[in-house]
Amino acid sequence: MATVYELLDWLQSDQPSSRTQARVSAAYKLCILLGKNRLAMFGILIIACLVLISCFAPVIAPMDPYSQNLQARLSPPLTEGHLLGTDSLGRDILSRLIYGSRITLLVVALVIAIAPVFGLLIGTVAGYVGGWVDSFLMGLTDIFLAFPRLVLALAFVAAVGAGIENAVLAISLTAWPPYARIARAETLTIRSSEFIAAIKLQGARPLRIVVLHVWPLCISSLIVRVTLDMAGIILTAAGLGFLGLGAQPPSPEWGAMISEGRRFILDSWWVATFPGLAIFFVSLGFNLLGDGLRDVIDPKAHKS
Amino acid sequence: MSETRTIQWTQRRKALLHSPITTSISKLLRVSVTLLGLLLITFLIGRVMPIDPVLAVVGEQASKETYEQTYIDMGLDKPVIVQFYYYLSDVLQGNFGASLLTARPVLDDLLRVFPATLELSTIAIAIGVLLGVPLGIVSAIKPGTWIDVTVRIIALMGYSAPIFWLGMIGLLVFYGELGWVGGPGRLDIVYMDTIPNVTGAILVDSLLARDTATFKNALAHIILPASVLGYYSLAYICRMTRSFMLNELNSEYVLTARAKGVRETTIIRRHVFRNIRVPLVTVIALSYGNLLEGAVLTEFVFSWPGIGSYITTALLSADMNAVLGGTFLVGAVFILLNLSSDFLYRYLDPRTR
Repeated sequence: MATVYELLDWLQSDQPSSRTQARVSAAYKLCILLGKNRLAMFGILIIACLVLISCFAPVIAPMDPYSQNLQARLSPPLTEGHLLGTDSLGRDILSRLIYGSRITLLVVALVIAIAPVFGLLIGTVAGYVGGWVDSFLMGLTDIFLAFPRLVLALAFVAAVGAGIENAVLAISLTAWPPYARIARAETLTIRSSEFIAAIKLQGARPLRIVVLHVWPLCISSLIVRVTLDMAGIILTAAGLGFLGLGAQPPSPEWGAMISEGRRFILDSWWVATFPGLAIFFVSLGFNLLGDGLRDVIDPKAHKS
Repeated sequence: MSETRTIQWTQRRKALLHSPITTSISKLLRVSVTLLGLLLITFLIGRVMPIDPVLAVVGEQASKETYEQTYIDMGLDKPVIVQFYYYLSDVLQGNFGASLLTARPVLDDLLRVFPATLELSTIAIAIGVLLGVPLGIVSAIKPGTWIDVTVRIIALMGYSAPIFWLGMIGLLVFYGELGWVGGPGRLDIVYMDTIPNVTGAILVDSLLARDTATFKNALAHIILPASVLGYYSLAYICRMTRSFMLNELNSEYVLTARAKGVRETTIIRRHVFRNIRVPLVTVIALSYGNLLEGAVLTEFVFSWPGIGSYITTALLSADMNAVLGGTFLVGAVFILLNLSSDFLYRYLDPRTR
């Protein structure tokens, strides 16, 4: 038992004795604060379920998501063997939803790996270098902000062809400008602070300053923004899939599944309803987590 | 769109608008540069596409000479920068090229379909503002109560639900099951072309023609797509109103007014609301622009013959002139909305004059 208390003391210490302790205890305090926010915990629960389901899809799914059975086509929910019914080709909707979670997670992960990194790069360079580089890069950002997201993504996908990879690229293309703005604003305040002046006096070059000292300080506000954006990313991806420009059939992407169900909406409501509910819950989860994270990391920001 | 970003945005605007003359000029310059960039992007997207633009014009059976003649006529042998110059001068003369699908100039097509989108999104934004602002205010006045929680849940659901799915479920329930509203499209076939086209907005045109039957039918058709779109903007407007209100209610002038014994309703009506009115204008303009985005999917679901349907139909048949013209128009409207919100801002906030 004593070790547990020692660990807690170590975690909650106000005077950390090492950099690791400072970081770990900051993370610990964050988790405690987040844990008090019930809605955020509900969001985490939804996302955890999503991750688990997509990891263990082959184990959980009752059937093969691609196997067709035309005799059982459009069976309503609660049919023997098909809890959520079947679609127009007799494929089990529950199994397709379970496998579809992998595509949703993949899209989110890829967009997160591209857009914020690109935005961080543009924003910090603009903010740190200043002058005409700043004007040019921010002008570029303004141009991309001038397009409604989905419309730009549509035009891009139309030009390069439909498919999940191009959908990811299109969404990233429309998602980076806000990150660049945030990173630039952060860089402008960091640039004039004293510790940067101190590092400069020690002879650090701009690249070192930006990579080692500016980037780490931009990360936290970017993380909040990314979490808040994830729901939007999921909705845009689903919208592209719905229009037939994202993942192609027979892939069990949720937006594409809704699109398949559109023809039968008045007779077979379940084909489109369940994938829509899945999208709704996942984006709700990310919204809840994003709100909670913002309240914890940035308590000055306006609560809602 | 996050609140922090909008707040930063409005603050930045406040700072920008302090010297009116210089900023007016630089604002116009900025807008024209952005429009130019918009054109450059649509031009580049048009160039990277894998479709052969010459083949699209002359057809598969054309002889080699015709192909090469058209290739030169279209200026494709020139450097890209010269091609962009041609594109630019065409667009400045209102020439976006011809649509392959309708064989008419894209600009004519766009002008024909745009009123339908405008009608839909205007009713949607009216729903969003008339419900969203009061809900946001009520929820901010009583934070933490069941009213507040309900309003926040309503807003959160609007944020999270895919709009095309909401539209389909709406059609299923209110059209398929209950029969309360009209189905897809702007009018039933019986009522089509019964009234003269004046403004392009059927609700207005039918009133002008004093045709109540057509008006009722148009209303039955527009109410569901407009509500779905309106819910989407309601969520955003309500959330922003709430956080603006909370921000103001915590400030010292409210405390002073309370200490003086001013009634709570007077404080809110006279002091707080006047202060949030200004940033709210920006929020409403932004969500009006965002409606254009929602309109693409909503129009697709409801077969609404507006600009969203036009772009998606053109997309599916690889009609690039139409796609790029439509994309540019949407982007330009977006920019104009932002610009007009800036001017309204100046009008409403005496400090910026």
